[in-house]
Amino acid sequence: MTREEIENNGEDMMIDDSKPKIENDFNVHYLRIYYGNLFPYTDIHKWLSYGHDGKHPGCDEYYFGRREFSFTLENDVYLRYKSFKNASVMEDAIKSNFPYKIDIGAVYSVDPDKRHAYAHSGTNLFTPVERELVFDIDITDYDDVRYCCSGADVCSKCWPLMTVAIKVIDTSLREDFGFKHILWVFSGRRGVHCWVCDAKARRLTNEQRSAVAEYFRVYKGNENNAKKVDLMGHSLHPFLARSYVDFLKNFFEGELQATQSIFSSKEKYEKILGMITDEDIQSDLRGKWENSARSSLSEEATSRLRWEQLKKTLQSKKNKALSLRTCVEEIVFTFTYPRIDLEVSKQMNHLLKAPFCVHPKTGRVCVPIDPNNCDEFDPLAVPTLSQLIEEINSGGLRMDVDDDDSDRSLLGKSIKFFRSSFLEPLLKSCKEEIESSYKTKIAKTKDSFSW
Amino acid sequence: MEVIRSQKRTVSNDVVSTPTLPLYLTAPPMEVRLEEFELFAIDRLRVLKGVSDGLARGRNPNEMDDLVETLWKEHMRLSDVSEMINKDIISHFVLRLVYCRSDELKKWFLSMETALFRHRFRLKKIEEQRAIVGEFGLPYKAVIGAELESLKERLGLVARSLGQILSDVENIYYKVPFEEVPDLVAGRRVLLQKGYAFVAGSQLVSLVVTQFRSHLSKALILTNRKWTTTIREREKDRLTPIVEALSTSYLGPDYTQSNEYADISLKDIDQVSKSSFPLCMRHLFEKLREDHHLKHGGRMQLGLFLKGVGLKLDDALAFWREEFTKKVGSERFDKEYAYAIRHNYGKEGKRTDYTPYACSKIITSAPGAGDHHGCPYRHFSEDNLKAALSRMGLSSRGMEDVMDKVRNKHYQLACTLTFEAVYGTSCDTGINHPNQYFEESQKILKSKTPTAPV
Repeated sequence: MTREEIENNGEDMMIDDSKPKIENDFNVHYLRIYYGNLFPYTDIHKWLSYGHDGKHPGCDEYYFGRREFSFTLENDVYLRYKSFKNASVMEDAIKSNFPYKIDIGAVYSVDPDKRHAYAHSGTNLFTPVERELVFDIDITDYDDVRYCCSGADVCSKCWPLMTVAIKVIDTSLREDFGFKHILWVFSGRRGVHCWVCDAKARRLTNEQRSAVAEYFRVYKGNENNAKKVDLMGHSLHPFLARSYVDFLKNFFEGELQATQSIFSSKEKYEKILGMITDEDIQSDLRGKWENSARSSLSEEATSRLRWEQLKKTLQSKKNKALSLRTCVEEIVFTFTYPRIDLEVSKQMNHLLKAPFCVHPKTGRVCVPIDPNNCDEFDPLAVPTLSQLIEEINSGGLRMDVDDDDSDRSLLGKSIKFFRSSFLEPLLKSCKEEIESSYKTKIAKTKDSFSW
Repeated sequence: MEVIRSQKRTVSNDVVSTPTLPLYLTAPPMEVRLEEFELFAIDRLRVLKGVSDGLARGRNPNEMDDLVETLWKEHMRLSDVSEMINKDIISHFVLRLVYCRSDELKKWFLSMETALFRHRFRLKKIEEQRAIVGEFGLPYKAVIGAELESLKERLGLVARSLGQILSDVENIYYKVPFEEVPDLVAGRRVLLQKGYAFVAGSQLVSLVVTQFRSHLSKALILTNRKWTTTIREREKDRLTPIVEALSTSYLGPDYTQSNEYADISLKDIDQVSKSSFPLCMRHLFEKLREDHHLKHGGRMQLGLFLKGVGLKLDDALAFWREEFTKKVGSERFDKEYAYAIRHNYGKEGKRTDYTPYACSKIITSAPGAGDHHGCPYRHFSEDNLKAALSRMGLSSRGMEDVMDKVRNKHYQLACTLTFEAVYGTSCDTGINHPNQYFEESQKILKSKTPTAPV
């Protein structure tokens, strides 16, 4: 078993992205060590118990046990409807199976393990009752607008698409929907997941989840239609306007232009011309650009120049047709606006990968991302299994995350962030809710004594 | 509600005070004659079927309002207003019995009754609408004063984004938790702030319809329970036969069992796809042959269609395996895709034998990046659609007729015209199911060459 040489020390984890490393550092042996020593069982249990720790009379001690988990084992064996009475049962199950992937499902009306006992009565008594509102953003859904990579690859040029997606969605979840307890997680290779954990979010029906997903949906397309974003010429809804002004416009005109040069070749700019519904304007711009094909400007400068020309032309012709008025925004949205996987969000019983799993293809841990600092996040610098194992070997076997060195251990930083930014405020709010609904219940029973 | 045989019916005094748009919250105490039981239900069913047709043809909300008004007048009108209200209520509750009995029936009934309610509500004057909102006991207050001032600008933006002009004289805004108006949220038709939606007076219909739907959905579950535990047995000589007959009459064949026209074998499938598949399935089929892969939506739409066409499970597995192994390899096929195919045929999981999708379902689907399912008449750009139609053999004149239907959002009529152009005959019933297209096509082709494979 060969060890890849790690170029630098544990502090600075930047890897030169011009030569992507193929890290072959995922294997069952490392995985055992990871689940034996590093996976944060207590934190995950605390999170998913949502305050039902049995300490308050209003607690539901069976709550955690009604949550569905699924394991994907080596050789793609898939085990659904797993449930655990408490943290140590969960820990034992993970340590005896060493799953390649752990998914978290919904909290059901009865223990998933016992669902068959309720199936005979005809009407379905085994139903989901609570589930986080979740989102899945995968960079492969942007393949038609990123030119540096495609498929499973991701690099520092296209990852910022994920960053801007986080900013747009996170802001809206807080400002528009009023949600507070939001966890963003790196999916391990090429995307991000979002877990909205407010009680209100957990109790949303499928129809309501679908509504939120549709609210976020702008891109409607595939290779069968040329214009995939249609804002219909009217002014933008305040949510879209805010996203455009606060995030998308600057991202498009700044970083995106610099890294993708979306006008620099005929193939590239034809795609954009196809989004302009007026054929005269298309030919006008096409003519200009074909003639300047052999200019001495760099790709980036050419691209920027053409964008300015396009904007100017559309501005001067905007009264020609209603559909032209939002054309500039439509182009920006096509290239930068978040593309969420609607199906993941719409159904309560959809399973989603658990945070702190390890991705089998990259060996990277699915660590949380701080939405307030997501510009700093680098998917190619996320700790891998082999780095973590090496760290254990060089620093002694026990990784005690509670001591003051936790900031310097590779995983400790992530766990600390998970606890302080997400878990603690969440649990505080859960406790308050349990207490207040208990008080209400008591008050009601007192009232019912009066005949 | 009591069903009796006598000639006279006692009209309860409660009826006079009910509004003209009943909410069907509880079954009122009245007596119903046995003949009325069935007749009223049939008339209402005609209305619901008309609503279903209208929706499938992609009628816009204003068109639906008109359609509902016409349908109601035609089938439900009686000279006496209170008799009319009685008929309305009685027919609704009878149909609840009929349509509570399976998930598919419930779903259809819920959709149609909700749509019917929605459009009847829209036809009412604003004061009547507000009264109905009150009937539901909804606690929402209008937004006033400083709060309204702070929102005015953004409320104006929302109205403009919908192509409307904000008239602050007529429009009152209600502050409502966003969960109560999912369809307004989904369409970005309201301003949202910290979990609240600001619903305009003109959007009240959304609020009310959500309540209506939610209430009816729960009521159907209760009705089903009552039916299976007591009513069905008790009424087995009287009402039960009527109830059971009523549900099968209007939904059309569902193509779960293929008939003798459609029994295709793998070796014929390429030829058959060119000669008899509707455009949506032909596109999926071609893409599958080309890319050796289809995403989930495409696999479902095409897979269930092929099942309806008569492809047996073993042949289906062989067919999909043949294509997918070219791209993902045989091991991955067995692990990731074979299960789903068996699931579609009712051999796995809860063993439901899934029905092939009808046009209404396909038209309302939402294909995204990398997808090829959906209805080409709806989801393709004009250029792509024209290219596809010319590959089906349409002349430019025929294509213009089809495109005209498409531009007016009559997607199924467009498909029907295509059918008529390709086979040179007329299709009076109109296409509303891909398997119907296939069967009609096979009928025509086989009548021309009875023995040769088509």
